[in-house]
Amino acid sequence: MSTTTVAHHDEHADHPTGIMRWLTTTNHKDIGTMYLTFALIMFLVGGAMILGIRAELFQPGLQLMKPDFFNQLIGVHALVMIFAALMPAATGFANWMIPLQIGAPDMALPRLNNWGFWLLPPSAILLTLPFTLALFGIGDGALATGWTFYPPLSVQGGIGVDFAIFAVHLLGISSVLGSINIIVTLFNMRAPGMTLMKMPMFAWGWLITAFLLIATIPVLAGAVTMLLTDRHFGTHFFDAAGGGDPILFQHLFWFFGHPEVYILLLPVWGFIPQILQTFSRKPMYGYKAQVYAFWGIGALSVVVWAHHFFTAGLPVPALLYFMYSTMAISLPLAVLFFCWIKTMWKGSMSFETPMLFTVGWIILFGIGGLTGLVLADVAADAQYHNSYFVVAHFHYTLFAGGIMGIMAGVYYWLPKMTGHMYNEKLGKLHFWLTAISFNLTFIPQFFLGLAGMPRRIPDYALQFAEFNMISSIAAFVLGLSQLLFVYNVISTIRGGQKATDKVWEGAEGLEWTLPSPPPYHSFTEQPVVK
Amino acid sequence: MVTESNENEISLTERRNLANKKLGLKMLWIVAGSLVFAFALVPLYDVLCAMTGLNGKTVTSASATSSNKVDTTRWVTVQFTSSVMPGLGWNFYPKQSSIKVRPGQVETVLFEAKNITSQVVAGQAIPSVTPGQAAAHLQKIECFCFQRQELKPGETKVMPLRFFVSRDLPEDVKEMTLSYSFFSAKEKE
Amino acid sequence: MLKQSIKKLSFCLLFLLTSPQVYADYSWNFPEPVTPMALDTLHVHNKFMIIVALIFIVVLAIMIYSLIKHRKSVGYKPVTDKAPSTAIEIFWTLIPFAILLVIDFVIMGIPAYHSVVMMEDTRNESDMVIKVTGSQWRWQYEYLGNTEKGEKAGLEEAKGIKFLSNLSTPQEQMDGTITPVNDPQKPYLLDVDNRLVLPVGAKVRILMTSSDVLHNWWVPQFGSSRLAVPGFIRETWVQIDKAGTYRGQCKELCGKGHGYMPVVVDALPKEEYKTWVAAKQAEIAAATAGSDKEWSKEDLMAQGKTVYEKNCAVCHQASGAGLPPAFPALTGSKVATSPIFGADGKYLPDSHMDRVLNGIRVMPAWKGTLNDTEIAAVITYERNALGNSVGDIIQPSQVKAARQ
Repeated sequence: MSTTTVAHHDEHADHPTGIMRWLTTTNHKDIGTMYLTFALIMFLVGGAMILGIRAELFQPGLQLMKPDFFNQLIGVHALVMIFAALMPAATGFANWMIPLQIGAPDMALPRLNNWGFWLLPPSAILLTLPFTLALFGIGDGALATGWTFYPPLSVQGGIGVDFAIFAVHLLGISSVLGSINIIVTLFNMRAPGMTLMKMPMFAWGWLITAFLLIATIPVLAGAVTMLLTDRHFGTHFFDAAGGGDPILFQHLFWFFGHPEVYILLLPVWGFIPQILQTFSRKPMYGYKAQVYAFWGIGALSVVVWAHHFFTAGLPVPALLYFMYSTMAISLPLAVLFFCWIKTMWKGSMSFETPMLFTVGWIILFGIGGLTGLVLADVAADAQYHNSYFVVAHFHYTLFAGGIMGIMAGVYYWLPKMTGHMYNEKLGKLHFWLTAISFNLTFIPQFFLGLAGMPRRIPDYALQFAEFNMISSIAAFVLGLSQLLFVYNVISTIRGGQKATDKVWEGAEGLEWTLPSPPPYHSFTEQPVVK
Repeated sequence: MVTESNENEISLTERRNLANKKLGLKMLWIVAGSLVFAFALVPLYDVLCAMTGLNGKTVTSASATSSNKVDTTRWVTVQFTSSVMPGLGWNFYPKQSSIKVRPGQVETVLFEAKNITSQVVAGQAIPSVTPGQAAAHLQKIECFCFQRQELKPGETKVMPLRFFVSRDLPEDVKEMTLSYSFFSAKEKE
Repeated sequence: MLKQSIKKLSFCLLFLLTSPQVYADYSWNFPEPVTPMALDTLHVHNKFMIIVALIFIVVLAIMIYSLIKHRKSVGYKPVTDKAPSTAIEIFWTLIPFAILLVIDFVIMGIPAYHSVVMMEDTRNESDMVIKVTGSQWRWQYEYLGNTEKGEKAGLEEAKGIKFLSNLSTPQEQMDGTITPVNDPQKPYLLDVDNRLVLPVGAKVRILMTSSDVLHNWWVPQFGSSRLAVPGFIRETWVQIDKAGTYRGQCKELCGKGHGYMPVVVDALPKEEYKTWVAAKQAEIAAATAGSDKEWSKEDLMAQGKTVYEKNCAVCHQASGAGLPPAFPALTGSKVATSPIFGADGKYLPDSHMDRVLNGIRVMPAWKGTLNDTEIAAVITYERNALGNSVGDIIQPSQVKAARQ
């Protein structure tokens, strides 16, 4: 009795209404919601940019934009999608679900959590403002170097590069704050009885991610800071004239950049097995093996960076080392794939939208992973490098492996978060449209790359025309079908059929013991895990 | 009874908050550590380059003459090439396009620079060697690239390079290239 | 506007469906290899693709079997096996680990090792050396001469030949004014004014550097690609086994002209190569001789326009308006309108001559790549066209004097 009144009282106490609620909130669910909303908005912004590119590439010749504007679009698209869409989406889920999954009342450092989020909108503005101004003919636009900032091109570039550098600083601080919070939450706030080796997979995925983030984001921050001083304060970190070396930047950048791939993917690898066990109605297979595989991937991810620039002229021993260590990443991944499929094996599967996305995810991410294995080969990489083959490869890992995974998570947890069931028919339609148009967009790009089309070119030779046209048409279908998703999510938030507490027949875990939607303050008394 | 348990709970929450902050601060050490690591990578990279010849960088200071043991069993061809970067009003080229050397044998080659502007101009030469694994084995005793060079208007300067190829050069390297890029050194470092 | 573009799009679609020969030659794999390295790369690539396709098909088949058999709607009951013991679990999860271990490091790893060693074999037994310099946005080729081996093989000595290679596709095709023309002799975006010419069968060591930002010299049929880094030298090699014309592109984002700096290589049999070298050397000799004669203003202006449009218009624009702030306008600019020579007859610092000869920052130094006549012509053109009318003319002999 007394606890319910306390909870009731609380709910009144920290519920400022209107905008102040969101500005000052320290509640993990509010912050999680803000992260997810922000990610969705930026996903649409980044998507609109790439549709501009695909429209330009629809046929040979420049019809819509100048090459310089094209270069801005590709770079900002990548930065927006990686830093402002995928990472915040994963952080949003972490905020929403980690406390619920480990039986904690909230995140460990709630105020830090609030700051972490509110750094994002200003950095998104820094990222997109110069570009938007350029649309109206003001200024010389955003960074036109691609998201990789390679000097000397980025030293040569206009003020857009500075904007992007500051945006990356803010985004980096935000992710570091978020990661510290998650690490502390996972170490200090677990329910009594929940040992580390009993944590849900999602929590494990995030724990590794968070450590990778705090170890590598500062390296990126350092690298872009050096770039900034090279641009404005006469240092020569990356300038051969002063004894510097442009290739050093590539080492620094990819020392962050490669772990970044796993930063984006590990949270997804965390909830994929949870979804699989729910819809297979069978406990997940090889929990320990998966945890060890996560550790293995986390460790390998920081020692393989140079495979992003095999053609930069590394000595043979370095080439061999980076080739073999890159191939080694396939070993823990093979274990993960095996465990995922073994979880489905002899289960009693049903295919609601989250499961559809998960199964599609396994297949498409598999293609991304296997082409990655081929890319590890140094000799053939001379051909693949910076061609459309690479573009297709990393969209299989980051769109299929990242975004489609996140979408599986959204459909899986949305009923829990909102208390309403989403529209199942629309969800399935969204899946099929996404999966088919995604493949039609990117399979042609594999062939474009093999035929010799370099990436980041605004116009192309005529032998590339057919595949580009198919790719562009499919990209528009892919983009437009995401509007179904937006509509579905919004109408689910607004209302719909009530969801049960457990939502899914086979759901297991602490989050499903709470009502749907969970009260503003959940687990004020911690549950005990046996 | 009720108040007591509440008090206990409060102190429990407080204790937990304190522990959280402590752990959070510990994590900041990792962040600071990797930031330091990022900047430390700059000199580390240079050291690595000097040791392994990664990226074709050569040692930028004079090395001592080796003992005069010369490997007479093989020849190595050293090719020379030059670039003058935009903004530097000089002509600059090697006087000989390539020479054959015995590893260990000290050789002198000449480069010629001419200032074709009507101003005093300073330039800095940046050496680079390919293949990468040969870079660490090209030892310079005397080189115009060790410091900035200054030429008066119209002045021509013949600049010597004294070097030897170390006897440890891998057997399979029979041809190597030394390139100098001359940059304008207008802004002082 | 929208209506127009829809019309345009549907027209294109129709165009595509009705006349396939216009958009021809798409392919499903690497283009035909013409060097040992490209051949090896193709083999390794094919082998690896087959391996990963097999892995994919096997895993997919197992998964699809499970998806069909083990579903709730057909009444399949989940197995309620006890939680597997750690030992069994470890055994099972080590199987995929072991399979991949063998595939990675034996089946794929060993051929990959040999390919890498072959690709990096630049330091032996080459016949000739060339130097490729990337700059925004063109390639510059310089023949550094034959090696001893090449000399013995009777290879024509091309030392001293040096030229720029600019995209030659007409502007109105690129900016969408007219549809790109499908001409197999001069393919859209893949043709240049001066091609790199190499002898068939000779092992050519290619030194690579850049004068501004990173570039990457890539011809898919050669299987080699290497980054060009300003201030650094890199190398790769080719040995072309078949005569023909091979085309590629810059592969490292290098600014707004990144899509417009193709690589075109003509591989000629030794005899034809000899003829080409002789012709090229004669051309250079003629140009050198030209710098001693007195040129008329009309001739300078005519040649200047050609040189300008080929080399300068990409940044300063054909109209001279430039693209500020990165690329200043020439029309009315201080450099292009102030006097060139001082009282002593030498060119002034920061004068028009200084800028064109020596460059500054993004502006390339043209003294190494254009001959006296070309420089004299382009300076004259810039001062008396593009909205400028300074009135003076520069003679090639003055350029010749200035660059020495």
